[in-house]
Amino acid sequence: MTVIISLIPALPLLSFLIIALFGRLLPKKVVALLGVGSVSLSAIMTIISGIDLLSSPPAVGSYTATLYTWMSSGSFTASIAFMLDPLSLVFCFVITFVGALIHLYSVEFMSEDDGFARFFAYMNLFVGSMLILVLAENLLLLYLGWEGVGLCSYLLIGFWYKEPENGYAAQKAFIVTRIGDTAMILGLFLLFISFGTLDIQDLMQQASMKWVSGSPLAVISSLLLLGGALGKSAQLPLQTWLPDAMAGPSPVSALIHAATMVTAGVYLVTRTHVLFALAPVVMAIIAVIGALTLLIAGFSALAQTDLKRVLAYSTISQIGYMFLAMGIGAWSAGVFHFMIHAFFKALLFLAGGAVIHLLNDEHDIFKMGGLRKKMPVVFITFFIGAASLSALPLITAGFYSKDQILWFGWSSSISSHWLWVAGITGAFLTSIYTFRLVFITFFGEMRTEPHHKAGKLMSIPLVVLAVLSLTGGFIELPQNIGPIHLFSRLFDHVLPVVIAGGEGNSELVFQIISAIVSLGGVYIAYLLFYKKSSLAVRFRNSSMNSFFLSGWKFDRVYDFLFVKPAVWLSEIDKKDFVDLIYTSIAKVTEYFNFLFSKTQNGKLRWYVLFLTIGVAVILTIMISL
Amino acid sequence: MEIQILFAAILFLIGLVGFLVRRNIIFMLLSIEIMLNSAALVFVIAGSHWMQADGQVMFIFILTVSAAEVSVGLALILQMYHHFKTLDADALKKLRDKQEVEKT
Repeated sequence: MTVIISLIPALPLLSFLIIALFGRLLPKKVVALLGVGSVSLSAIMTIISGIDLLSSPPAVGSYTATLYTWMSSGSFTASIAFMLDPLSLVFCFVITFVGALIHLYSVEFMSEDDGFARFFAYMNLFVGSMLILVLAENLLLLYLGWEGVGLCSYLLIGFWYKEPENGYAAQKAFIVTRIGDTAMILGLFLLFISFGTLDIQDLMQQASMKWVSGSPLAVISSLLLLGGALGKSAQLPLQTWLPDAMAGPSPVSALIHAATMVTAGVYLVTRTHVLFALAPVVMAIIAVIGALTLLIAGFSALAQTDLKRVLAYSTISQIGYMFLAMGIGAWSAGVFHFMIHAFFKALLFLAGGAVIHLLNDEHDIFKMGGLRKKMPVVFITFFIGAASLSALPLITAGFYSKDQILWFGWSSSISSHWLWVAGITGAFLTSIYTFRLVFITFFGEMRTEPHHKAGKLMSIPLVVLAVLSLTGGFIELPQNIGPIHLFSRLFDHVLPVVIAGGEGNSELVFQIISAIVSLGGVYIAYLLFYKKSSLAVRFRNSSMNSFFLSGWKFDRVYDFLFVKPAVWLSEIDKKDFVDLIYTSIAKVTEYFNFLFSKTQNGKLRWYVLFLTIGVAVILTIMISL
Repeated sequence: MEIQILFAAILFLIGLVGFLVRRNIIFMLLSIEIMLNSAALVFVIAGSHWMQADGQVMFIFILTVSAAEVSVGLALILQMYHHFKTLDADALKKLRDKQEVEKT
């Protein structure tokens, strides 16, 4: 078992090493085979270990594979050790399985790119780091994976580095997430000082024994960890990097900025849920942040004109749902929504990427249109993804996962009804902006002709993900529909269940409400963007539209609050006393250089004259001595 | 003895002054040859003074070296003429340091 578990992250890392070192020498086919093959093999390893874990669960509920001691200093030891429990199994499954499909898609998507090998090297490094993150047995190793995925995100956003804007977007993503990461490492220090260990299981056990609920240390350390999660998962107030991160290739957006990395925050909070349970204030903050984020991002998505930016805001909004779920203690609902979201959002990004790719990198949805007949596979799969995202009732997986969150939002004992209102409003917005996308892109008259059709390698992942986006929800049905609870059963011993409030409301009423809301959103989108109501045009010209388009002007505010003062301060700092000493040394040196460089005038005979004078002087001195 | 050394020194000075005054690169090469020969002459003078053949042997060495040097020099001059269409040494100032320092 140890071998299989450690092979899960080791295979992509090994393939990364090979491609990074010899990628230039290898033909594209070999690179593609290595890149796709290693991730697929990891997926198989995950399935093997998953079957083993579920069919014959070990006594402690998880497998641990300790490879070796990474560092050891005094009483502190951190080892390279992986832990597989149902939670990390779900994450591993999504990362490797969706990852393998996205890699397969990339083979065709990137086939004409010069950086083919570089792309697969980065992608494999990403998958490896992400697997380390979710399999890590201690928080330090988790942090290594955490930074690894951050690095890969930076590298892949700036993948087409010849455009300076892509580089800026990459830097923005890196720096903004760094703010969260700093908070997180401080949180790790605090936990280490308090308990002397970073081993997750140990830590959680000690925390629940030594800290009482609501103690200041628990609140501070969980707040710091939350900071890291907010940065990585692009939640308020650190959400500004994700829309710009769309500068990277579409498969990157699908894998990193939709399916896996941005949900690392969800993983971190769920993994350390014992700690968060000790800080009810922080739980409330998480729920409120989630609710606010999902609304703000939902409104912003309404106004975007770039296909990928709509999807990016939608990702922020959907992760908002996951945070909302975690905040109200519906842990397994959050993880369930993560998994379903990974399926349909990866699907949407891949299908959207196919559209952009086939239209010669056209991102503006108002220059698309009528693509339904030209690319049927892409249209159908995109439609399924959109239906799942807007949670169309009963047939789509998104309905089951979102409905669960909304239901707990109403019924959980620690939730407020306002959260449910925010969630249902968000659901309404979701179906409007999603079907706005569908109607504008695929219906109406054609504005840009696609130059060829999507090939097999691009279509297969789309179809597989579409099937999952429809059927993925059936493994976890609501109480009143069917007795299938495979997903939440997984977490029986890992995550606490939701404590229902006293009210005996029927779940059915809420299901009907959310069904009406999502269908209503689709109908409104139909009226506005298919029937082309004049309201849509008036909205597009309003100042509210530009407010939403800029993502609620967060960038402006941050620029004013942080960037400008920092630049101003460094301008002042440039002229302080200490710097004056160093700059004056540099100035003096420069001045002498200026003097001496005058003698180097390029005149040969001038040099000879000085040489002669020099020799005469030296000879005179030597003779006179 | 002194008179011969003086002769060699005068010869060296003629070469040096010629090198400094002339701008035509061929004449500069000639001047170098004169300086080289004046130095070689000192070897011969010293050899005859101490009745040793070493000085003359050294002279032949220097002759060989200068022959090699002249051939390289002439080749360079040909290239120079080829590139710049001039034999003026002062016209070749490309190695000049152009760096300007801002006045503080």
